[in-house]
Amino acid sequence: MTLDTLIVQFQNKNEIAFEQLYNMYAKSIHGIIYSIVRDEEIAEELVTDVFMKAWSNAESYSKEKGRFFTWLLNIARNTAIDKLRSKSFKNKKQNLQADFFVDILESRSNLNRETDSIGLSGFVKHLAKKCRDLIELLYFKGFTQKEASESLDIPIGTIKTRNRNCIIELRNILDV
Amino acid sequence: MSDMNIKEYIASGILELYVAGTLTPEQNKEVYTAMKAHPEILTEVLQIEAAIMKLSGEVSPLSSNIDFQSIRNELRNPEDLDGAYKSTTNWIKYSGWAAAIIMAGGLMWTVSQMNELNEELKTVEITKDILEQQIENANTDLVEANKLISVLRDRNIISVPLTGQTVYPSAFATVYWDQNNESIYLDAQGLPEPPEGMVYQVWSLKLNPLSPTSLGVIDDFTEDENKIFSIANANASEAFGITLEPEGGSESPTLEQLYTLGVVETAP
Repeated sequence: MTLDTLIVQFQNKNEIAFEQLYNMYAKSIHGIIYSIVRDEEIAEELVTDVFMKAWSNAESYSKEKGRFFTWLLNIARNTAIDKLRSKSFKNKKQNLQADFFVDILESRSNLNRETDSIGLSGFVKHLAKKCRDLIELLYFKGFTQKEASESLDIPIGTIKTRNRNCIIELRNILDV
Repeated sequence: MSDMNIKEYIASGILELYVAGTLTPEQNKEVYTAMKAHPEILTEVLQIEAAIMKLSGEVSPLSSNIDFQSIRNELRNPEDLDGAYKSTTNWIKYSGWAAAIIMAGGLMWTVSQMNELNEELKTVEITKDILEQQIENANTDLVEANKLISVLRDRNIISVPLTGQTVYPSAFATVYWDQNNESIYLDAQGLPEPPEGMVYQVWSLKLNPLSPTSLGVIDDFTEDENKIFSIANANASEAFGITLEPEGGSESPTLEQLYTLGVVETAP
């Protein structure tokens, strides 16, 4: 079964297709949300929200507009950021720090080096600082090229090629 | 696009931004058209996506995948019916509610009848989709395409979708099992190119207890254009799996490198 077919079935409200797509993407979506809200349980609830939103708005997705994963990513970031801004969340998390995904990986690999399955501690060391920042902003935070260029203080024309090189580096490290 | 232009297009970095979702709608459409026309562009996008998925998956502190159960619950009880009205007895109000509930019940019955019909229609559509997709994939090689269509049209062919596993969640493949001729056709276009020195190995599995039988390795994965492989299978398979193994294959499957897996659905 191809991904396209699965998505069509999903859009036709087929729950089996829904479950398969969920199994493919839920963990990544959880990672993205967790990097924003930094609370495992809230992140898990939000993953449910994200997929329910995707389910009820399934017809608004079209493959001509972009990858299905990218579409989910977008919903996930928006949902997580909405939660961050909500009152209940602010009350719960007084001292939330805008930590980067690398900090999450780093702290975990310090805690438990043995179970670090793909050598993420090594990964953190090997990926250049400028790459971590850029990947964080573009993929985890959903910044536009313009916002990223302003935030990192680099010319907007540099974003595209630098990001390409960073993703190549990431792919080498992750062996994808 | 010429070969040179395809390389330049990939090197420009536009595909990485495509996956990030920062392109304009026009650019997205352009990338989509380019992906459809040039498989190497599609492959590049899939790999970029796989890298981001793997990275974000690693950031998640959950040790395993999240259970679908919470979604299932949401689907069953979308919204709790809130008893928002006050408890003053007002029979007119209640009879109004009763009438509404009876009407809603009638409506729901009609809707469920309609859903059933729609469901049947969908099954036909999905079958049609799968056929179209397979034909499209094979149209580069007319002989292969014709063979494939004859396989797909055969009523006795069992189609088994194999879905991506932890090591490479976006991988997928389909097995078309021709039990009469004791052979399978494996559509492996959804698998990434194996790394140097590694090959995919196809397994027939019995489930209880789990016992794998090797159906062989795919030596010519990279060279094969349409990624459809014909393999002999005389086993009473209950599932099929594909693992990544060192060249020459392994005695038993390396489960950490299980790329795709699918269970054979028994006929009702």
